[in-house]
Amino acid sequence: MMMNRNLKDTIVESLTGVSVLLIIFIIVSILAVTIAGGWPNLNWAFLSEFPRDGMTKGGIFPAIIGTAVMTIIMAVAAVPFGVITAIYLAEYANEKSWFAKTIRFAVKTLAVVPSIIFGLFGLGFFIGFVGKNIDGLLNGGELKWGQPNILWASLTMALLTLPVVIVAVEEAIRTIPREMREASLALGATKWQTIKKIVIPGSVSGILTGTILAVSRGAGEVAPILFTGAAYFLSDLPHSLSDQFMSLGYHIYIMSTQSSDVDATLPIQFATTLVLLLLTFSLNAIAVVLRYKIRKKEK
Amino acid sequence: MNDIKVKVNDLSLRYGTNPALKNISMNIPEKQVTAFIGPSGCGKSTFLRTLNRMNDLIDNVTIEGEVLIDNINIYDKNIDVVNLRKKVGMIFQKSNPFAKSIYENIAFGPRINGINQKSKLDEIVEVSLRQAAIWDEVKDRLFNSALSLSGGQQQRICIARTLAVNPDIILMDEPASALDPISTSKIEELIHELKTQYTIIIVTHNMQQAARTSDYTAFFYMGDLVEMNTTEKIFSNPSKKQTEDYISGRFG
Amino acid sequence: MIKDLIRIKSKMQSPVKGIVTFNKKKFRFSDWFAEKVIKAVAFLSIAIVILIFIFVFREAFPIFKMDKTEAVTSELLVQESYGGTETENTNVKIKDNQLDNSNNNEAPGAKPSSTLLSKTWMPVSDNPRYGLLPLFLGTLKVTLIALLFAAPISILAAIYTSVFAKPRVREIVKPVIELLAGFPSVVIGFFALMVLATVFQNIFGYASRLNSFVGGIAMGLAAIPIIYTLTEDALTSVPRTYTEASLGLGASRRQTAFFVVLPAAVPGIFAAVVLGIGRIFGETMIALMATGNAAMVSINPFDSVRTLSATIGAEMAEVVFGDTHYSVLFFIGSLLFIFTFAMNALAEFYFKNRIIRHYQAKK
Repeated sequence: MMMNRNLKDTIVESLTGVSVLLIIFIIVSILAVTIAGGWPNLNWAFLSEFPRDGMTKGGIFPAIIGTAVMTIIMAVAAVPFGVITAIYLAEYANEKSWFAKTIRFAVKTLAVVPSIIFGLFGLGFFIGFVGKNIDGLLNGGELKWGQPNILWASLTMALLTLPVVIVAVEEAIRTIPREMREASLALGATKWQTIKKIVIPGSVSGILTGTILAVSRGAGEVAPILFTGAAYFLSDLPHSLSDQFMSLGYHIYIMSTQSSDVDATLPIQFATTLVLLLLTFSLNAIAVVLRYKIRKKEK
Repeated sequence: MNDIKVKVNDLSLRYGTNPALKNISMNIPEKQVTAFIGPSGCGKSTFLRTLNRMNDLIDNVTIEGEVLIDNINIYDKNIDVVNLRKKVGMIFQKSNPFAKSIYENIAFGPRINGINQKSKLDEIVEVSLRQAAIWDEVKDRLFNSALSLSGGQQQRICIARTLAVNPDIILMDEPASALDPISTSKIEELIHELKTQYTIIIVTHNMQQAARTSDYTAFFYMGDLVEMNTTEKIFSNPSKKQTEDYISGRFG
Repeated sequence: MIKDLIRIKSKMQSPVKGIVTFNKKKFRFSDWFAEKVIKAVAFLSIAIVILIFIFVFREAFPIFKMDKTEAVTSELLVQESYGGTETENTNVKIKDNQLDNSNNNEAPGAKPSSTLLSKTWMPVSDNPRYGLLPLFLGTLKVTLIALLFAAPISILAAIYTSVFAKPRVREIVKPVIELLAGFPSVVIGFFALMVLATVFQNIFGYASRLNSFVGGIAMGLAAIPIIYTLTEDALTSVPRTYTEASLGLGASRRQTAFFVVLPAAVPGIFAAVVLGIGRIFGETMIALMATGNAAMVSINPFDSVRTLSATIGAEMAEVVFGDTHYSVLFFIGSLLFIFTFAMNALAEFYFKNRIIRHYQAKK
């Protein structure tokens, strides 16, 4: 009986270890497959050229630029709002008030709403409502803003990444010791002076972490931009906010599912996936390290 | 006894429904050192923090009664807490310099009061550091991080930082409890010199320190003010049995 | 010496301008303004959620409204295209109001929304049918497969890192597993499409390369980091006194883990799984790339499926702004939104309250 139980315990314990190994194995497999398939085709020309011959040849330059520009606009929109909301939650919110509770719930909701819903919202709100109304008022009804473009895609993505920024920044703000705030207040600083001079400078690394995580998330997401601005193919880079753009993630999706000759473009697909993975992976790695440092500081 | 600087009338404080201070009344004289002693959890630190309304920052605290500073009740609803704290500075148990340079730590108070002129800031920084008896130790590295200093030095930086705002009253919450004996004696010397200019109220769990530094001593027990008198009287001839027991080391 | 200093200081202008008085509340504009702005911006999160509700539902609403107002006109128009003959008139609204001949023997003039309950999803035929059943079934199938794969493995891995692993191992393993959360779903979808589909086909020998099994496993990969991290949190937040008490009574680490820590963390683990379900349910790119996208009514895990979210992703770009198909896709979006919203609320309020009550009861 005793033996039996010990044996059972041992099996279960080793199952937990096996699970960890399996997850790590999958992670390594994804990396290995992508690197093996993408590395041979990854060169300067691939990164710096436009696609050619019906996208069966050439590079992914416009997709890289499109992703970069989109995430920059996204970050410009999401980070200030995220930081301010985090400041509210960490410094002003009375945790018992319904207002603070509702904001917290809203942030959590935004974090779990499927990304495709953001796409629908971007289509219905930014394009169908805001854009159409701008056209009606400014362009005499001529279609300019009432259609998918890089601005609406970036803003849609900003909504999706807002909770990422909020969570990271709030966590960083909460690691600032209460003694620092008390020291400032005891010197006769007002609450806002304390926030401006102590809290915000103290959470710079958290703001940076949040920004990196948001950029990484935004660079990888495809569903929100499927119908808010991403384009199948463009022969030129976007010149204004009302232009469409190519994106790495979308490029992978269409090349692997809708390309005229899926097999012939395999090297392009793998190399594009490798570029996207390297991008998000390195951004995440930086964020993990930064966050680790913040947590260490707390102790 | 000197003029009365702080007059406390019937002050009670509760955390939720837990009473932490019960009907405290006392007078604190101007330009003297008053020590609060008592076993841990007796309410002495909590009481200290009511004197510059630091307890406002904690949720769920209810305060009743009055604290008069210069005859103004600081719990009146028209009180400007920010300006109150400029008058009533505070030194904390754990030294808490900002993660900024020594210079910027001292200049913090003047800056938030709108002083940005370099020459004036320089002057305030120097005078404050000299007053806190740490100028000679740090004058060559004013722009190094304050966190690079030793614990005792950090605490004197915190004192200098408070002096730079020019308060009337300085509250000290066990300012030397985390320091070595040499640093402690420096802080005690400093307290002695500062009392010519400031009203100082110090919480300590160290009875020798209270005896050495203070002019008046108040003994707290379980949220009650048991006894307050001149330090000499308290330590030589306390009128309450509890005080005597505590001072002679029979509990706490 | 201190006397001299004080003399210097008294000559100096006081650092605090004028005489500080605190007996009157001072109005500080910057503080007032900062607080108002911060509060207003924080409110934005609530506003966005409300706007998502409004705009997703608003676009879905016409499928119900259209039925009533156009029921009359449809009867007039229905003859034109009745019988399946192609007519020049490709007016979308006529299509919308056509009968679902093959599945339902309903009278002419039936509402397009009535086809929502049919068994066929065929929105771009002459005789469009918007039967959500195959989509629901497909989503359910994929979610179940993903969950059966991801939940046990994530929970076991979380038990390993929070209970059995040495601190040093934990410090490496945890961030590595969390890196999986940083893999874009399009990358996981690509991996499923290129590698998993082939590997599984070789193992199981089924017919269609892309199916709910491949899609489910791939979506499970996306859910692992969520379930893992939240379970880990739940396990590590079990008060240490529990563990110590158990170990103190002579129980082994293993016994403590399974009979003390795990039961105490159950509500938290449930919350983790619920949020994992939400993630799988709404996952779009992996579904688009790895499930085969055929709207079939089948319970065979090796048949192709089309999930709700993949349907939106695949078809929204091709619909006419404002027509019935467009509205039906928004209607699906509304359902997804309600579902994830409810899942989140469940995890947030029900389970969290249970966790709090659990600990309070034991205190």
